[in-house]
Amino acid sequence: MSQTKPYRVSHLDALEAESIFVMREVMAEFERPVLLFSGGKDSIVMLRLAEKAFAPARIPFPVMHVDTGHNFPEVLEYRDRRVASLGLNLVVASVQEAIDTGLVRELPDGTRNRIQTPVLLNAVEKYRFDALFGGARRDEEKARAKERMFSFRDEFGQWDPKNQRPELWGLYNGRHHPGESIRVFPLSNWTELDVWHYIAKEQIPLPSIYYAHDREVVERGGMFYAVNEFIRLRDGETSEVRRVRYRTVGDASQTAAVLSDADTVDKVIDEVAATRITERGATRGDDKVSEAAMEDRKREGYF
Amino acid sequence: MSQAVLEPDAAASRGMDLLRFATAGSVDDGKSTLIGRLLFDTKTIFADQLEAVEAASASRGDEYTNLALLTDGLRAEREQGITIDVAYRYFATPRRKFIIADTPGHIQYTRNMVTGASTADLALILVDARKGLVEQSRRHAFLTSLLRVPHLVLCVNKMDLVDWDQKVFERIADEFTSFAAKLDAPDLTIIPISALNGDNIATRSENTPWYEGPSLLHHLEHVHIASDRNLVDVRFPVQYVIRPQSTTVTDYRGYAGQVASGILKPGDDVMVLPSGMTSTISSIDTADGPVDEAFPPMSVTVRLADEIDISRGDMICRPHNAPTPVQDVEAMVCWMDETAPLRVGGKYAIKHTTRTARAVVRGLQYRLDVNTLHRDETAGELALNEIGRVKLRTTVPLLADEYRRNRTTGGFILIDETTNRTVGAGMIIEAR
Repeated sequence: MSQTKPYRVSHLDALEAESIFVMREVMAEFERPVLLFSGGKDSIVMLRLAEKAFAPARIPFPVMHVDTGHNFPEVLEYRDRRVASLGLNLVVASVQEAIDTGLVRELPDGTRNRIQTPVLLNAVEKYRFDALFGGARRDEEKARAKERMFSFRDEFGQWDPKNQRPELWGLYNGRHHPGESIRVFPLSNWTELDVWHYIAKEQIPLPSIYYAHDREVVERGGMFYAVNEFIRLRDGETSEVRRVRYRTVGDASQTAAVLSDADTVDKVIDEVAATRITERGATRGDDKVSEAAMEDRKREGYF
Repeated sequence: MSQAVLEPDAAASRGMDLLRFATAGSVDDGKSTLIGRLLFDTKTIFADQLEAVEAASASRGDEYTNLALLTDGLRAEREQGITIDVAYRYFATPRRKFIIADTPGHIQYTRNMVTGASTADLALILVDARKGLVEQSRRHAFLTSLLRVPHLVLCVNKMDLVDWDQKVFERIADEFTSFAAKLDAPDLTIIPISALNGDNIATRSENTPWYEGPSLLHHLEHVHIASDRNLVDVRFPVQYVIRPQSTTVTDYRGYAGQVASGILKPGDDVMVLPSGMTSTISSIDTADGPVDEAFPPMSVTVRLADEIDISRGDMICRPHNAPTPVQDVEAMVCWMDETAPLRVGGKYAIKHTTRTARAVVRGLQYRLDVNTLHRDETAGELALNEIGRVKLRTTVPLLADEYRRNRTTGGFILIDETTNRTVGAGMIIEAR
């Protein structure tokens, strides 16, 4: 008997199936998972996958936003709407609050990327989260390329790249002692283009700043930063209104926009497919610090 | 022969499938150069990455842009000029998305290669045309066959340095083919290349008029992987039971999991292990609605017509095609822990599909020398990167198949219960 059906799945379906498998493993094996939600496209896709993994039941864990206080209003508004429509619990770990109570100190340059880490770890301890879903992808950055799907963190939240657990087949080892935790990255095998194709296929709404719009920006080091309460013009700088969109959404004082006319998901896909600069390279001031900037932050317990 | 258009076209890519491959070899074989070349030729290397690598190469005093720096992401790796860990790289053509598990050739080679090969559809091994087969090439070929990677590609690299001599290529190809025949090796393709110059990588080279086969990328794009999946034996390990606590959805009880093998359809008679209870599939659900069949690697939720007590670790199969629940298994085990060896009498946690139990090592029949395939029956333990045939007894029955028949239900990991580290990977030879 010959088999005529190919029983073939597309790469997006295969990636989705793998991510759903990972999320269900976590729910089955951990006591207190939480999903890190920034309002960025990767965490939005992750939330959609969580919705699919447990349907028709509700997503069985809360979401947490590590809030630097430097937000794009469109993103906060999106976060609240999405969380409400899914009936989820939102935990906000506030960097501003941590500064006010003396847990962390504001850095002289005002950037808050690095001081997010103690705030995150503090919240993990307070709520006793044992598994944290993060939207990081291995194609983003070199240190991330060697991160496991289940990434073990000690009681200080530290990542030890030389001492990672081998991951074979679909057998993930989430065992840990009290106080330790596992970061779980269901999108490990997705690329930026995969994420956009999935957003198109699933018709997932995004915060408007991901699509081309006119914005007052200032050019610094080849990057275009929005002029707002977090980024003010320095002496000698001038701002201009340009057509831009955001390729990543992070801390509003650190994330730059790219010049773009792509105002629909299909146009964004065309643009991403043709671009010659990585998304972090194009938009993140924080990664330009040194060749090992991401590795250093991850060792300290960063996402 | 027409060659593929290399730009990952935005519209076409929605219909692509996925191929995972593992690469093995050392820096000297030109593996990093080959991967760099594949990424470059498929326009996957970005300008800022290339600039960073060029700058880093220049500051190290390298004479050429060292593409190995693209994959060696960790500080210790750059400082020591070695690759420590499996790195995952991604590229796509209009036909396929590729995931490369790039495994280092030297340090902890076996552990890393076994890890990379466990999920691979294809393994790519490199040899230097000037040196021919070396111990490492045989070891890599053996591990590929041990892990049952269905397709193997041998790239004979640096052909430019032997003046594209057909005889050199054929001698290496013949030697490798006869070695592979002893291994129960998979589908084998051998390609003469120059990774540095791009010959036979993305397009066929004019330097090899005597070579009739495809370029490497053409082969990667076209190798037939759909039939590698086991579509015969229905195996659905239950991962999680979905029971909504809600007023709108009542009386819903679904068994969530990823299809390991076989094809499930509503109306099928099924048997649930280990209870042996039988029922019928009433529906196969996804968040996008019910589907009329499920096959690997789909993640779905299965509902049954009868109320049976089913929990995580159970398996849905067919009444006349189900594994026998076993507590005694014989397996090839690759040891992965540097802190303590596997010893007879040792107790570990064992994770097999979605089931976790405890296991005791009842015997070590032999340790295998992965270079000579010699069996040392006097061995008393397995140290890091060693492989041996091991007898295990488990606390609860495993619902297992032979690994050669089913890579998902035939593989397991061993976990040290004190350190929680993953210390071993096993491939079941016999389950009874």
